[in-house]
This record gives sequence, C-alpha cells and structure tokens, in this order.
Amino acid sequence: MSGISRRDVLRNLAAGVAGGSALRVIPAQAAALAHEMIQKERAASPGGKYTPKYFSAHQYLMLVFLCDMIIPKDEVSGGAVEAGAPEFIDLLTGENEEYQDIFGGGLMWLDNFCFDRSEHLFLECTPAQQKEVLDLIAYRKNARIDPSLSPGVTFFAKLRNLTCDGFYTSKIGIEDLKYIGNTALAEFLGCPPLPE
Amino acid sequence: MAQVTRSPKTYDVCVIGSGAGGGMAAKTLTEGGLAVALLEAGGPVDPGKDFKMFMWPYELPHRGVGVGGKAAVNFGEFLAPNGAWKIEGEPYTSAPGANFQWFRSRIVGGRTNHWGRIALRFSPVDFRSKTRDGLGEDWPITYDDIAPYYDKVESYIGVFGTKENIPSAPNGVFLPPPKPRCSELLIKKGCDKLGIPCIPARLAILTKPLNGRPSCHYCAQCGRGCVTASNFSSSQVLIPPALATGKLTLFTNAMAREILLGPDGKATGVEYIEKATRNEKRINARAVVVAASACESARLLLNSKSRLFPEGLANSSGQVGRNLTDSVGSDGEGYFPNMEKMPPHNHDGTGGMHLYIPWWKYDRQNDFPRGYHIEIGGGREMPSAGMFEDVCEEEEGYGASLKATCRRRYGTVMRFSGRGEMVTNSGTYCEIDPYTVDHWGIPVLRFHFKWGDSELRQAKDMQETFKAIVEAAGGRYLTRTDIDGPYPFGIQPGGKIIHEVGTARMGVDPKTSVLNSFCQAHDVKNLFVTDGAPFVTNPDNNPTLTILALSLRASEYLLDQAKKGNV
Repeated sequence: MSGISRRDVLRNLAAGVAGGSALRVIPAQAAALAHEMIQKERAASPGGKYTPKYFSAHQYLMLVFLCDMIIPKDEVSGGAVEAGAPEFIDLLTGENEEYQDIFGGGLMWLDNFCFDRSEHLFLECTPAQQKEVLDLIAYRKNARIDPSLSPGVTFFAKLRNLTCDGFYTSKIGIEDLKYIGNTALAEFLGCPPLPE
Repeated sequence: MAQVTRSPKTYDVCVIGSGAGGGMAAKTLTEGGLAVALLEAGGPVDPGKDFKMFMWPYELPHRGVGVGGKAAVNFGEFLAPNGAWKIEGEPYTSAPGANFQWFRSRIVGGRTNHWGRIALRFSPVDFRSKTRDGLGEDWPITYDDIAPYYDKVESYIGVFGTKENIPSAPNGVFLPPPKPRCSELLIKKGCDKLGIPCIPARLAILTKPLNGRPSCHYCAQCGRGCVTASNFSSSQVLIPPALATGKLTLFTNAMAREILLGPDGKATGVEYIEKATRNEKRINARAVVVAASACESARLLLNSKSRLFPEGLANSSGQVGRNLTDSVGSDGEGYFPNMEKMPPHNHDGTGGMHLYIPWWKYDRQNDFPRGYHIEIGGGREMPSAGMFEDVCEEEEGYGASLKATCRRRYGTVMRFSGRGEMVTNSGTYCEIDPYTVDHWGIPVLRFHFKWGDSELRQAKDMQETFKAIVEAAGGRYLTRTDIDGPYPFGIQPGGKIIHEVGTARMGVDPKTSVLNSFCQAHDVKNLFVTDGAPFVTNPDNNPTLTILALSLRASEYLLDQAKKGNV
C-alpha cells in the first residue's frame, strides 16, 4: 500500500471506479487471487465473460470471493460461483435500491472494516485474516457483544440468503439436493417406505 | 378472437368478469342459446406461451424472484399470469389501521389461472350458522338446494377426493385421490395420535381424463398454470366451450365503469373503458351478470348511481360493500429430523396437498365460533429461492458446513396453513373512496377491516394445533408468533388469504340483503351477481367451488326466466 493513503483507497472505492483504477490499488497477491476468481467466473458464465451490471469491478471480485466462501465446491458439487450466484446477485442489486444499500454499502463497510483492522482491503488480507473477519460477521451473537459489527452481520446474513438462493436455484444446486421431479409421470408412486 | 368495437347490437346478457363466476355464467348462458358479451378488465391468456410449466428456476435470469427480487410478494414469477396486490394505475385505499390487502388478476380467467385448486363444498351447517350460534345471518338456501349444483360442477371440472362421511366435509362426486406423499404420511401419523382426521384433499385436478382433458402428469406446479388443462381454470375449462357455441363475444382490456339503468328500472347495458384507446364504449344487453370479484363487483354497483339508485345500483338496502369477510389465516412450520433419512424420490404429485385436515371440532364447545381446516405442504419440493432462509438464520456461518446442513435439511420442513371462518362485523366493509379515482377516472374502493376476538382465538387455536401435530409426529415446531400487536398468533392482514366475499349478500329480506336466493338483485330483476359477493357467510371451506355452484344455479335460473320472458 506504499504511496497510497487509506483515504485514497476509500475515495477510489466510494467513487465506484470501474475496472483498472480500483484494481491498481490491489497488490500482487490479491491480484493473483482476483485473477483466479475472474477465471472461475468466466468459466462459469455461458458467454465466457461477465461484465457486472451493478457492482464495480472491485466490488464484484469481493462478491465472487464471498459467494465462494459461503457455498464452496465440495466433493458432491460445485460452488455458488460456478452456479452463477454472483451474476444473480448483481442482476437483482442493479434493480433494487434496498439491495444497493445492503450489498453495495455492505461491501464498502467490509473493506473499511478490514482496513481499520489491518491496513488492508478485504481481498488483500491473508486467508487467515479473511476467515477471522468472516467468522465475526457470520454470527449474530458477535454483534450482540460488539454492536459495531452489526452492519457487517446484517450484510452477511442477507448475502448468505441470496447466495443460497442463487446456488439452490441452479442446476448444480438442484442436483446437489437430489431433487427428482419437474417432469411428466403417468402415475404418482407415492412414498417409499418411511424411515423409522 | 376479441372484437373490440362499439356494437349497435343488443346482447342477451353482458357478463362482467371472466373468472370462476363469470366463466361459469358465460358457459351456461351461451350453451343455453343466449348471445353473451363477456367483459374482462385484463388481457387474453395463452397457456402455451404464458404458463411456465416444467421450467427450471435457472431458465429465468431472476430465478423465480422477479425483477429486483420483488416478485415474491406476488407469489413469484413462475406463477400463471397471476395479478398483484398493487396494480399500477388502479389503486385502492384502506382506512387507518385497516391494512386490507386486495389481490386482483386482470386477465381472462382471473385468479383461477393460479389458484390453489382447493375445491371444498360448504357443509349443511355452513348455510345455517346463525340458527346454530346466533351470529351473522343464515343463507336463504340450504345445502340441499345447492348440492345438485355441487354435483354438476364437480362432474364437469373434475375434483379428486374421498367420501369420508365427515359433517364438515360433505361427500361429493370425486375422482380417485393421488397417493399421499411421505411428508403427509408423517403428519397423518401425528394426527392419528391426537385423534385429528387427516384425509385425502379435494382439489380440482384430474387424476383421470375427463371431458376431453387429459389426466394430471404430476409435476406439482398447478400454480404456474397447466398447458394440458389437467386442472381447473376458467380460462381453459369454461371460456373455450362458451366460445365454441359461437354465442360468446369476448371483450378483453375492457374495464367496466357503470351499469346503465333504463327508465323502467331495469339494467340496459354496461359502459366500459376500452383500455387500449381510453375510449368509453357501451354494451347493450337485456340482462347483466356481475362477476368481477366480490369487491370489484361492489365497486361497480356503488359507482352505478342513478336517480332511482342514488346510493348505487341495487343498493336500496345499503348492504352493497358491507358484510365483507376474508378467511382467518395463520401459518406455521415444523422441522422433522426423521425426514433427513428419506431416500431421494419423486415427491411432486399434483399441485398442492394430497392430504388435509378438515374441521374436526364441530362436535364440541370451543372458545370461538365456527371452524377452520388445515392445509399442509412442504417436503422434497422443487428447490426455490428462500427455501433455506430458515436454515441460514438458525445455523448461520458459511462454507462447507452450511452447505452440508442445507443438503441434510432439504425436504424436512412441513408447512401448515389454518384457514378459518371470520364472522361478519360492522367495522369491516368497503365503500367508494370520495377522494380517489383510478387511471380510468373510476372512483376506487376504500376498505375498512377489523379482526374480532373470535378470529384471534381461532388463530391461537391454529398455532397450538400445528405445534401439537408437529410434536406428535416427532418434529420441532419452528414458528413463533406475537401474542399482541396488530397480528397476534400469526393472523394475516385482512384480504391476505384472497377469500374476500360477502359484499352483496343474498337473503330473503330485501331490507337486509342485496340479492335473492338466485343471486338476482332484489331491486333490479335483470341484474345478477355471481362471484363471491352473494355469500352470506364465509365458511372455512374455500369459496371457489361454491362460487361455481352458485353461478351455475343463477345462470340456469336466468336462462329459465329468459325463456319465460320474465327478465
């Protein structure tokens, strides 16, 4: 972060700068991570690339990262990013002023919060620092202990809901749950034997 | 199809509204040989194009939640073109504290395109409840008067169910019911322990081919509209045969403004706004059938003022708009850990429930009058937005553990909806708002709505019953409700259950009722109302089947009177 003040960073982000200028303030290791996320995201979208409709490039990278943390790939299925959750959230946020406050504001709060703690924006933090922050805002009880966490907790709860919505309405998510149906049957077979 | 021109022709009958009541009138009257003009305030419906049958959430960019995620309030974007709580340009108002919610569908077929298909007969005591408990009024007809019409309606539209000889759930003409789902069998186990009946539901869905319509294909998405017309909607089951007679002229996007009255005190036709051009047009008719939905019909009558009827057409009793009720509604959810062990299987079935709980405490003294039934849902349904909100709220966190919990908890939640009878009260009615007109210059409705103590006690009883059933079935009850505030025990705001009826009730006495027992206005012999407005009471048994039966009965009477030259 040498040569760039916290104020500069936040001003850049507040202005919602698109593409390059916001990315320029991200150091190499975060850029590598960001690059990886973009690749993942591009691989997942049918057109091969995705231009955020609402979020700045920087915010969209954060969104992708957070969606991946909320519903990651595991041994059963792919994760929320592959399932298109970030595009889904981006689409809705562009259309909904309340979401713009919650998610746009929430992402800025998160960067600000991380910067206050460690002089790094969220994506620049080490994985351990990121986990520490998410572990704080992922639980309501933390906000009861430290009310200053409330905006983060509110933001994260809403993001968790929408990430689940995006994931479990995707083909990947529906298959993950092993839902069987939405098809024409000649006869409805009823219930297999009930478990005791 | 729709011929939208001013016609010098005089129709035999002008029917206003194309939902259950208007569709049944149009079919019956045209098949009886009368020339009918049918006015619908909305557009046409094209099932093949408009119904989202078999569509997956990911086939829509908004995944079912609509633009800005805001469609959920109107039941999501998958539902059949289904209307809204708020229609742009067509407002309604609520008196302070009333918070009445009014769901309107401006489309051919109206709300029958998306309705729950729950087709319950009223029971004999439902027509005689004042005699039983002294509240409200009795109907001018008995169960025996309407039973043949229930038979005819069920035979024509197709309703599955079973004859159970339960007084609150009369036997009908039923198609075989579908097999119960696992989750429903589990609920039934709990009910059995408590001595609560849990029986096959009665839904207007075909489990066998009927009258040229194929049997259900069990995709569970009736609410989206059915391309094969294997469930009942007015747009697919009533309007097509009416059109096939060659006697029906359908006017869409035609908003009725006023029913016109001749010097002899008979209706002469209907003035309407052609929405596309904003021109006022007129249909001449020898009789008028109003079936615009209970409140919309009241609005039309109240707005049809004349020298003879300065307070609104057919309103010498002052009862138009009064006696409004909705169903008492309170909902709950239970989590059943034993469902986690269910192997994946096709749980879809028909749209809606295969089993339900009819009112069962009719043989004892309760601390509220009348009764309620319980509708059940849930289990391994098609995943949808919002499905894991409870899990997220309860488990919190993120990552692999959250994902594993969602996977484990999928299909383990059952929903309960209590639907009960509200007794009329003098503080609940609709009237013309003197200060507000809609986009078409038509004065709008203002609603007054109050739940009484009996309704609140009923909602309390619902919550206690849901909890008892869940616990008896080995589950954990999840719902918490307030015990005070405007909506204690989870009682929904008025109108929210979309069972609003009673605004032009029938009766023997013209001083206290608007219509006679054939839905014919006491004041105007060639004017009929055939939607939910004629209802004298609003029993827990959902209104649609009775709207169809009353409309059929009124239409046959109108045909007969027309033949005799009495109308």
